[in-house]
Amino acid sequence: MTVLAEIASAVIDGDHDRVGALTRQAIGERLSPQAILDDGLIAGMTVIGDRFREHEIFLPDVLLAARAMYAGMDELRPLLVRDGVPSMGKVVIGTVRGDLHDIGKNLVGIMLKGAGFEVIDLGHDVAPEKMVDTAVEHGASVIGMSALLTTTMGAMSDVVALLKERRLDGRIRTIVGGAPVDEAFARTIGADAYGFDAGNAVDVVKRLVGRA
Amino acid sequence: MTAILEVAPDEIRPRREAALEQMGIPRGATVPPHVERLYESAAEIFAETVAPAGVWNEIAVEAFAAVYRGEGRNAPDSPVLEIFPKAERLALFAVTIGGATSAALQRCFEAQDFALAYTLDAIASVAADDAADLTERRYAAALRADGWDTPDGDVLRYSPGYCGWDVTGQRRLFAYLQPEAIGLTLTESCLMQPLKSVSGVMIAGPRAIHRFRPTYPFCDRCETRTCRERLRTLFARREPVPYPERRHDRAG
Repeated sequence: MTVLAEIASAVIDGDHDRVGALTRQAIGERLSPQAILDDGLIAGMTVIGDRFREHEIFLPDVLLAARAMYAGMDELRPLLVRDGVPSMGKVVIGTVRGDLHDIGKNLVGIMLKGAGFEVIDLGHDVAPEKMVDTAVEHGASVIGMSALLTTTMGAMSDVVALLKERRLDGRIRTIVGGAPVDEAFARTIGADAYGFDAGNAVDVVKRLVGRA
Repeated sequence: MTAILEVAPDEIRPRREAALEQMGIPRGATVPPHVERLYESAAEIFAETVAPAGVWNEIAVEAFAAVYRGEGRNAPDSPVLEIFPKAERLALFAVTIGGATSAALQRCFEAQDFALAYTLDAIASVAADDAADLTERRYAAALRADGWDTPDGDVLRYSPGYCGWDVTGQRRLFAYLQPEAIGLTLTESCLMQPLKSVSGVMIAGPRAIHRFRPTYPFCDRCETRTCRERLRTLFARREPVPYPERRHDRAG
Protein backbone atom coordinates (compact mmCIF):
# COMPACT_ATOMS: atom_id res chain seq x y z
CA MET A 1 0.00 0.00 0.00
CA THR A 2 1.36 3.45 -0.88
CA VAL A 3 1.71 6.04 1.81
CA LEU A 4 -1.17 8.02 0.26
CA ALA A 5 -3.43 4.98 0.40
CA GLU A 6 -2.33 4.45 3.99
CA ILE A 7 -3.24 8.05 4.81
CA ALA A 8 -6.68 7.57 3.26
CA SER A 9 -7.12 4.34 5.21
CA ALA A 10 -6.10 5.98 8.50
CA VAL A 11 -8.56 8.83 7.87
CA ILE A 12 -11.29 6.25 7.31
CA ASP A 13 -10.31 4.54 10.59
CA GLY A 14 -10.41 7.88 12.41
CA ASP A 15 -6.84 7.35 13.63
CA HIS A 16 -5.59 10.92 13.94
CA ASP A 17 -2.17 10.01 15.38
CA ARG A 18 -1.49 7.72 12.43
CA VAL A 19 -2.71 10.27 9.90
CA GLY A 20 -0.38 12.88 11.39
CA ALA A 21 2.60 10.49 11.29
CA LEU A 22 1.89 9.27 7.76
CA THR A 23 1.44 12.82 6.49
CA ARG A 24 4.82 13.73 7.94
CA GLN A 25 6.24 10.62 6.26
CA ALA A 26 4.72 11.59 2.91
CA ILE A 27 6.13 15.11 3.24
CA GLY A 28 9.52 13.57 4.07
CA GLU A 29 9.29 11.46 0.91
CA ARG A 30 8.80 14.72 -1.02
CA LEU A 31 5.37 13.83 -2.32
CA SER A 32 3.54 16.91 -3.55
CA PRO A 33 1.31 18.60 -0.98
CA GLN A 34 -1.49 18.62 -3.53
CA ALA A 35 -1.23 14.84 -3.97
CA ILE A 36 -1.16 14.25 -0.20
CA LEU A 37 -4.25 16.39 0.13
CA ASP A 38 -6.22 14.99 -2.80
CA ASP A 39 -5.14 11.33 -2.87
CA GLY A 40 -4.65 10.88 0.87
CA LEU A 41 -6.74 13.10 3.12
CA ILE A 42 -9.63 14.04 0.85
CA ALA A 43 -9.75 10.57 -0.65
CA GLY A 44 -10.31 9.14 2.84
CA MET A 45 -12.98 11.69 3.67
CA THR A 46 -14.72 11.00 0.38
CA VAL A 47 -15.07 7.33 1.31
CA ILE A 48 -16.40 8.34 4.73
CA GLY A 49 -18.89 10.74 3.13
CA ASP A 50 -20.12 8.04 0.78
CA ARG A 51 -20.51 5.51 3.60
CA PHE A 52 -22.40 8.01 5.70
CA ARG A 53 -24.66 8.85 2.77
CA GLU A 54 -25.40 5.13 2.39
CA HIS A 55 -26.15 4.86 6.15
CA GLU A 56 -23.30 2.38 6.60
CA ILE A 57 -21.76 4.43 9.42
CA PHE A 58 -22.98 6.86 12.07
CA LEU A 59 -22.16 10.53 12.38
CA PRO A 60 -19.57 10.03 15.16
CA ASP A 61 -17.54 8.01 12.64
CA VAL A 62 -17.58 10.97 10.28
CA LEU A 63 -16.42 13.25 13.07
CA LEU A 64 -13.61 10.92 14.10
CA ALA A 65 -12.47 10.80 10.48
CA ALA A 66 -12.67 14.60 10.27
CA ARG A 67 -10.45 14.95 13.32
CA ALA A 68 -7.97 12.57 11.71
CA MET A 69 -8.03 14.56 8.50
CA TYR A 70 -7.38 17.76 10.44
CA ALA A 71 -4.30 16.14 11.99
CA GLY A 72 -2.97 15.68 8.47
CA MET A 73 -4.00 19.18 7.46
CA ASP A 74 -2.10 20.65 10.41
CA GLU A 75 1.07 19.10 8.96
CA LEU A 76 0.26 20.01 5.40
CA ARG A 77 -1.10 23.54 5.71
CA PRO A 78 2.24 25.41 5.72
CA LEU A 79 3.25 23.62 2.52
CA LEU A 80 -0.07 24.29 0.84
CA VAL A 81 0.33 27.97 1.66
CA ARG A 82 3.96 27.97 0.49
CA ASP A 83 3.03 26.35 -2.83
CA GLY A 84 -0.05 28.51 -3.29
CA VAL A 85 -2.27 25.43 -3.62
CA PRO A 86 -5.80 26.81 -3.89
CA SER A 87 -8.54 25.46 -1.66
CA MET A 88 -11.83 24.27 -3.09
CA GLY A 89 -13.23 27.67 -2.14
CA LYS A 90 -14.09 29.84 0.83
CA VAL A 91 -17.37 29.48 2.64
CA VAL A 92 -18.77 31.61 5.45
CA ILE A 93 -21.17 29.70 7.69
CA GLY A 94 -23.30 30.65 10.66
CA THR A 95 -26.54 30.05 12.50
CA VAL A 96 -28.85 32.98 11.84
CA ARG A 97 -29.66 35.80 14.23
CA GLY A 98 -31.83 34.72 17.15
CA ASP A 99 -30.95 31.05 16.86
CA LEU A 100 -28.50 29.19 19.06
CA HIS A 101 -28.71 25.72 17.55
CA ASP A 102 -25.34 25.33 15.92
CA ILE A 103 -24.50 21.65 16.04
CA GLY A 104 -25.83 21.07 12.51
CA LYS A 105 -23.91 24.07 11.25
CA ASN A 106 -20.78 22.75 12.95
CA LEU A 107 -21.20 19.44 11.13
CA VAL A 108 -21.49 21.23 7.81
CA GLY A 109 -18.31 23.17 8.60
CA ILE A 110 -16.41 20.04 9.56
CA MET A 111 -17.50 18.24 6.40
CA LEU A 112 -16.76 21.22 4.17
CA LYS A 113 -13.25 21.39 5.58
CA GLY A 114 -12.98 17.66 5.05
CA ALA A 115 -13.78 18.24 1.40
CA GLY A 116 -11.01 20.82 1.08
CA PHE A 117 -12.91 24.08 1.56
CA GLU A 118 -11.74 26.98 3.69
CA VAL A 119 -14.47 27.64 6.22
CA ILE A 120 -15.03 30.82 8.21
CA ASP A 121 -17.39 29.79 10.99
CA LEU A 122 -19.16 32.74 12.61
CA GLY A 123 -20.90 30.61 15.23
CA HIS A 124 -24.52 31.14 16.22
CA ASP A 125 -26.79 34.17 16.49
CA VAL A 126 -25.09 35.89 13.56
CA ALA A 127 -26.42 39.19 12.25
CA PRO A 128 -27.02 39.40 8.46
CA GLU A 129 -24.54 42.28 8.13
CA LYS A 130 -21.82 40.22 9.78
CA MET A 131 -22.37 37.30 7.41
CA VAL A 132 -22.18 39.52 4.34
CA ASP A 133 -19.31 41.69 5.60
CA THR A 134 -17.26 38.62 6.51
CA ALA A 135 -17.86 37.03 3.11
CA VAL A 136 -16.68 40.22 1.40
CA GLU A 137 -13.68 40.61 3.69
CA HIS A 138 -12.47 37.03 3.11
CA GLY A 139 -13.44 36.84 -0.54
CA ALA A 140 -15.79 33.95 0.16
CA SER A 141 -17.97 32.76 -2.67
CA VAL A 142 -20.64 31.06 -0.54
CA ILE A 143 -22.58 31.91 2.61
CA GLY A 144 -24.15 28.95 4.41
CA MET A 145 -26.95 29.64 6.88
CA SER A 146 -28.58 27.36 9.40
CA ALA A 147 -31.70 27.67 11.58
CA LEU A 148 -33.59 25.20 13.73
CA LEU A 149 -36.57 27.32 14.71
CA THR A 150 -39.54 28.29 12.59
CA THR A 151 -39.38 31.62 14.40
CA THR A 152 -35.82 32.39 13.26
CA MET A 153 -35.68 30.97 9.74
CA GLY A 154 -36.99 34.30 8.42
CA ALA A 155 -33.60 35.83 9.25
CA MET A 156 -32.17 33.90 6.29
CA SER A 157 -34.12 36.09 3.90
CA ASP A 158 -32.48 39.17 5.47
CA VAL A 159 -29.07 37.88 4.36
CA VAL A 160 -30.29 37.15 0.84
CA ALA A 161 -31.92 40.60 0.67
CA LEU A 162 -28.76 42.29 1.91
CA LEU A 163 -26.68 40.57 -0.76
CA LYS A 164 -29.12 41.79 -3.40
CA GLU A 165 -29.14 45.29 -1.96
CA ARG A 166 -25.35 45.42 -2.17
CA ARG A 167 -25.40 43.81 -5.63
CA LEU A 168 -23.32 40.91 -4.39
CA ASP A 169 -25.84 38.19 -5.15
CA GLY A 170 -24.11 37.16 -8.37
CA ARG A 171 -20.73 36.87 -6.68
CA ILE A 172 -21.67 35.38 -3.33
CA ARG A 173 -24.02 32.41 -3.46
CA THR A 174 -26.21 31.26 -0.57
CA ILE A 175 -27.14 27.86 0.79
CA VAL A 176 -29.66 27.35 3.59
CA GLY A 177 -30.38 24.38 5.83
CA GLY A 178 -31.83 23.29 9.17
CA ALA A 179 -34.87 21.43 10.44
CA PRO A 180 -37.66 23.81 9.34
CA VAL A 181 -36.05 24.70 6.01
CA ASP A 182 -36.72 23.01 2.69
CA GLU A 183 -36.16 23.48 -1.02
CA ALA A 184 -39.37 25.46 -1.44
CA PHE A 185 -38.44 27.84 1.37
CA ALA A 186 -35.02 28.35 -0.19
CA ARG A 187 -36.66 29.27 -3.48
CA THR A 188 -39.17 31.55 -1.78
CA ILE A 189 -36.51 33.67 -0.12
CA GLY A 190 -34.30 33.66 -3.21
CA ALA A 191 -31.46 31.54 -1.78
CA ASP A 192 -29.31 29.80 -4.37
CA ALA A 193 -29.52 26.35 -2.79
CA TYR A 194 -30.74 24.13 0.01
CA GLY A 195 -28.83 21.36 1.76
CA PHE A 196 -30.87 18.67 3.48
CA ASP A 197 -27.98 17.41 5.60
CA ALA A 198 -24.28 18.02 6.12
CA GLY A 199 -23.18 15.56 3.43
CA ASN A 200 -25.61 16.97 0.92
CA ALA A 201 -24.54 20.52 1.81
CA VAL A 202 -20.98 19.68 0.74
CA ASP A 203 -22.19 18.35 -2.62
CA VAL A 204 -24.34 21.43 -3.13
CA VAL A 205 -21.55 23.86 -2.22
CA LYS A 206 -19.23 22.06 -4.66
CA ARG A 207 -21.86 22.61 -7.32
CA LEU A 208 -22.26 26.28 -6.39
CA VAL A 209 -18.53 26.89 -6.82
CA GLY A 210 -18.31 24.79 -9.98
CA ARG A 211 -16.20 22.05 -8.41
CA ALA A 212 -18.76 19.23 -8.47
CA MET B 1 -45.50 31.82 44.43
CA THR B 2 -41.80 32.17 43.53
CA ALA B 3 -39.39 29.33 43.90
CA ILE B 4 -35.74 28.73 43.27
CA LEU B 5 -35.53 25.17 42.12
CA GLU B 6 -32.75 23.26 43.71
CA VAL B 7 -31.69 20.31 41.63
CA ALA B 8 -29.09 17.83 42.69
CA PRO B 9 -26.75 16.95 39.79
CA ASP B 10 -27.65 13.27 40.09
CA GLU B 11 -31.29 14.16 39.37
CA ILE B 12 -30.16 15.09 35.85
CA ARG B 13 -28.38 11.98 34.74
CA PRO B 14 -27.22 11.33 31.17
CA ARG B 15 -29.75 9.22 29.31
CA ARG B 16 -27.89 6.95 26.94
CA GLU B 17 -30.72 5.92 24.60
CA ALA B 18 -32.10 9.43 24.23
CA ALA B 19 -28.66 10.95 23.68
CA LEU B 20 -27.73 8.35 21.06
CA GLU B 21 -31.04 8.94 19.32
CA GLN B 22 -30.28 12.66 19.30
CA MET B 23 -27.01 11.71 17.56
CA GLY B 24 -28.90 9.91 14.81
CA ILE B 25 -28.40 6.41 16.19
CA PRO B 26 -31.82 4.78 16.30
CA ARG B 27 -33.03 2.94 19.38
CA GLY B 28 -32.16 -0.73 19.14
CA ALA B 29 -29.28 -0.18 16.70
CA THR B 30 -26.01 -1.96 17.40
CA VAL B 31 -23.72 0.72 18.76
CA PRO B 32 -20.07 0.23 17.70
CA PRO B 33 -17.60 -0.06 20.62
CA HIS B 34 -15.80 3.17 19.70
CA VAL B 35 -19.10 5.07 19.86
CA GLU B 36 -19.83 3.44 23.23
CA ARG B 37 -16.45 4.66 24.44
CA LEU B 38 -17.21 8.15 23.17
CA TYR B 39 -20.50 8.12 25.02
CA GLU B 40 -18.82 7.01 28.25
CA SER B 41 -16.19 9.76 27.95
CA ALA B 42 -18.82 12.41 27.26
CA ALA B 43 -21.04 11.18 30.11
CA GLU B 44 -18.07 11.47 32.43
CA ILE B 45 -17.43 15.08 31.39
CA PHE B 46 -21.12 15.81 31.77
CA ALA B 47 -21.21 14.36 35.30
CA GLU B 48 -18.21 16.50 36.26
CA THR B 49 -19.65 19.73 34.87
CA VAL B 50 -23.44 19.67 35.25
CA ALA B 51 -24.76 22.23 37.74
CA PRO B 52 -28.52 22.46 37.26
CA ALA B 53 -30.62 25.27 38.69
CA GLY B 54 -34.07 26.63 38.04
CA VAL B 55 -36.57 29.28 39.03
CA TRP B 56 -40.28 29.80 38.58
CA ASN B 57 -42.60 32.64 39.41
CA GLU B 58 -46.37 32.49 39.26
CA ILE B 59 -48.11 35.04 37.10
CA ALA B 60 -51.74 36.07 36.60
CA VAL B 61 -53.41 35.33 33.28
CA GLU B 62 -53.72 39.05 32.49
CA ALA B 63 -50.08 39.72 33.29
CA PHE B 64 -48.99 36.76 31.20
CA ALA B 65 -50.97 38.16 28.26
CA ALA B 66 -48.62 41.15 28.30
CA VAL B 67 -45.54 38.96 28.65
CA TYR B 68 -46.68 36.76 25.79
CA ARG B 69 -47.48 39.74 23.57
CA GLY B 70 -43.81 40.67 23.91
CA GLU B 71 -42.71 42.91 21.11
CA GLY B 72 -45.61 42.00 18.85
CA ARG B 73 -43.69 39.54 16.70
CA ASN B 74 -45.61 36.36 17.50
CA ALA B 75 -47.59 34.44 14.89
CA PRO B 76 -51.14 35.85 14.74
CA ASP B 77 -52.56 32.54 15.96
CA SER B 78 -50.76 30.06 18.15
CA PRO B 79 -51.47 27.23 20.59
CA VAL B 80 -50.33 29.30 23.60
CA LEU B 81 -52.71 32.10 22.66
CA GLU B 82 -55.51 29.56 22.60
CA ILE B 83 -54.53 27.77 25.80
CA PHE B 84 -53.37 30.28 28.38
CA PRO B 85 -56.71 32.14 28.85
CA LYS B 86 -58.13 28.79 30.07
CA ALA B 87 -55.35 28.27 32.61
CA GLU B 88 -56.12 27.93 36.29
CA ARG B 89 -52.59 28.75 37.34
CA LEU B 90 -49.51 29.79 35.37
CA ALA B 91 -45.87 30.27 36.14
CA LEU B 92 -42.95 31.58 34.15
CA PHE B 93 -39.88 29.41 34.51
CA ALA B 94 -36.25 29.11 33.50
CA VAL B 95 -33.90 26.23 34.09
CA THR B 96 -30.31 25.56 33.12
CA ILE B 97 -27.78 22.79 33.40
CA GLY B 98 -25.15 25.49 34.03
CA GLY B 99 -22.33 26.98 32.03
CA ALA B 100 -19.57 24.51 32.80
CA THR B 101 -20.92 21.86 30.42
CA SER B 102 -21.15 24.37 27.56
CA ALA B 103 -17.61 25.51 28.30
CA ALA B 104 -16.39 21.90 28.23
CA LEU B 105 -18.18 21.42 24.93
CA GLN B 106 -16.47 24.46 23.49
CA ARG B 107 -13.09 23.17 24.63
CA CYS B 108 -13.75 19.85 22.86
CA PHE B 109 -14.50 21.70 19.62
CA GLU B 110 -11.42 23.87 19.97
CA ALA B 111 -9.32 20.73 20.50
CA GLN B 112 -10.87 19.40 17.27
CA ASP B 113 -12.39 16.52 19.20
CA PHE B 114 -15.59 16.85 17.22
CA ALA B 115 -17.03 13.43 17.98
CA LEU B 116 -16.67 13.93 21.72
CA ALA B 117 -18.11 17.46 21.44
CA TYR B 118 -21.05 16.20 19.44
CA THR B 119 -21.75 13.42 21.93
CA LEU B 120 -21.50 15.80 24.88
CA ASP B 121 -23.81 18.23 23.10
CA ALA B 122 -26.41 15.47 22.66
CA ILE B 123 -26.20 14.46 26.33
CA ALA B 124 -26.46 18.10 27.44
CA SER B 125 -29.46 18.83 25.20
CA VAL B 126 -31.35 15.84 26.55
CA ALA B 127 -30.40 16.85 30.10
CA ALA B 128 -31.66 20.43 29.64
CA ASP B 129 -35.01 19.06 28.53
CA ASP B 130 -35.03 16.70 31.49
CA ALA B 131 -34.32 19.62 33.81
CA ALA B 132 -37.32 21.44 32.34
CA ASP B 133 -39.45 18.31 32.84
CA LEU B 134 -38.33 18.21 36.44
CA THR B 135 -39.29 21.88 36.89
CA GLU B 136 -42.72 21.13 35.52
CA ARG B 137 -43.23 18.24 37.94
CA ARG B 138 -42.01 20.28 40.90
CA TYR B 139 -44.44 23.07 39.99
CA ALA B 140 -47.33 20.62 39.72
CA ALA B 141 -46.43 19.18 43.12
CA ALA B 142 -46.21 22.68 44.64
CA LEU B 143 -49.62 23.55 43.24
CA ARG B 144 -51.15 20.43 44.73
CA ALA B 145 -49.54 21.19 48.07
CA ASP B 146 -51.14 24.63 47.75
CA GLY B 147 -54.61 23.08 47.37
CA TRP B 148 -54.91 22.88 43.57
CA ASP B 149 -57.07 19.82 43.07
CA THR B 150 -58.67 20.11 39.63
CA PRO B 151 -59.76 16.66 38.56
CA ASP B 152 -57.69 15.57 35.57
CA GLY B 153 -55.52 18.63 36.12
CA ASP B 154 -51.96 18.77 34.84
CA VAL B 155 -49.14 21.13 33.94
CA LEU B 156 -47.56 21.57 30.51
CA ARG B 157 -44.94 24.05 29.39
CA TYR B 158 -44.42 26.18 26.29
CA SER B 159 -41.32 28.09 25.28
CA PRO B 160 -40.44 31.19 23.24
CA GLY B 161 -38.99 30.21 19.90
CA TYR B 162 -41.54 27.43 19.42
CA CYS B 163 -45.14 27.19 18.25
CA GLY B 164 -45.39 30.77 17.01
CA TRP B 165 -44.07 32.41 20.20
CA ASP B 166 -41.26 34.60 18.91
CA VAL B 167 -37.89 34.46 20.68
CA THR B 168 -38.13 38.20 21.40
CA GLY B 169 -40.74 37.13 23.98
CA GLN B 170 -37.75 36.26 26.15
CA ARG B 171 -37.22 39.93 27.03
CA ARG B 172 -40.47 40.36 28.95
CA LEU B 173 -40.22 36.87 30.33
CA PHE B 174 -36.78 37.65 31.76
CA ALA B 175 -37.92 41.06 33.04
CA TYR B 176 -40.67 39.39 35.03
CA LEU B 177 -38.82 36.28 36.15
CA GLN B 178 -35.34 37.70 36.72
CA PRO B 179 -33.52 34.40 36.31
CA GLU B 180 -30.20 36.18 36.73
CA ALA B 181 -30.53 34.82 40.26
CA ILE B 182 -29.61 31.39 38.90
CA GLY B 183 -26.96 32.73 36.54
CA LEU B 184 -29.10 33.00 33.40
CA THR B 185 -28.77 36.02 31.16
CA LEU B 186 -30.16 37.07 27.81
CA THR B 187 -28.14 38.22 24.83
CA GLU B 188 -29.14 41.19 22.71
CA SER B 189 -30.83 38.85 20.27
CA CYS B 190 -32.72 37.03 23.01
CA LEU B 191 -30.63 33.90 23.39
CA MET B 192 -30.08 32.48 26.83
CA GLN B 193 -26.64 32.10 28.34
CA PRO B 194 -25.65 29.43 29.30
CA LEU B 195 -26.88 27.84 26.11
CA LYS B 196 -28.23 24.61 27.55
CA SER B 197 -31.20 26.25 29.22
CA VAL B 198 -34.97 26.22 28.79
CA SER B 199 -37.47 28.95 29.65
CA GLY B 200 -41.17 29.50 29.12
CA VAL B 201 -44.53 29.29 30.77
CA MET B 202 -46.00 26.37 32.68
CA ILE B 203 -49.75 26.22 32.29
CA ALA B 204 -51.87 24.37 34.86
CA GLY B 205 -55.44 23.35 34.18
CA PRO B 206 -57.55 20.43 33.01
CA ARG B 207 -55.59 18.33 30.52
CA ALA B 208 -58.17 19.02 27.82
CA ILE B 209 -57.17 22.70 27.52
CA HIS B 210 -53.84 21.65 26.03
CA ARG B 211 -55.42 19.77 23.17
CA PHE B 212 -54.86 21.56 19.85
CA ARG B 213 -54.65 20.67 16.20
CA PRO B 214 -51.22 21.12 14.61
CA THR B 215 -52.61 23.07 11.69
CA TYR B 216 -51.15 26.50 12.34
CA PRO B 217 -49.18 27.93 9.40
CA PHE B 218 -45.85 27.35 11.17
CA CYS B 219 -46.71 23.69 11.81
CA ASP B 220 -46.03 22.90 8.14
CA ARG B 221 -42.38 23.76 8.56
CA CYS B 222 -41.93 22.36 12.04
CA GLU B 223 -39.95 19.15 12.13
CA THR B 224 -39.52 18.91 15.88
CA ARG B 225 -43.17 17.97 16.39
CA THR B 226 -42.53 17.69 20.10
CA CYS B 227 -46.02 19.07 20.69
CA ARG B 228 -47.50 15.77 19.50
CA GLU B 229 -45.25 13.73 21.73
CA ARG B 230 -46.02 16.07 24.61
CA LEU B 231 -49.77 15.79 24.19
CA ARG B 232 -49.65 12.03 23.77
CA THR B 233 -47.73 11.72 26.99
CA LEU B 234 -49.98 14.16 28.79
CA PHE B 235 -53.10 12.22 27.98
CA ALA B 236 -51.48 8.86 28.62
CA ARG B 237 -50.04 9.58 32.01
CA ARG B 238 -51.39 9.29 35.50
CA GLU B 239 -49.68 10.88 38.48
CA PRO B 240 -47.09 10.50 39.73
CA VAL B 241 -45.04 10.82 36.56
CA PRO B 242 -41.93 8.65 36.71
CA TYR B 243 -38.61 10.35 36.01
CA PRO B 244 -37.51 10.73 33.32
CA GLU B 245 -40.33 9.98 30.99
CA ARG B 246 -40.81 12.81 28.58
CA ARG B 247 -39.00 15.01 26.18
CA HIS B 248 -40.31 18.44 25.25
CA ASP B 249 -39.01 21.52 23.53
CA ARG B 250 -35.44 21.00 22.54
CA ALA B 251 -32.67 22.69 24.32
CA GLY B 252 -29.97 24.20 22.13
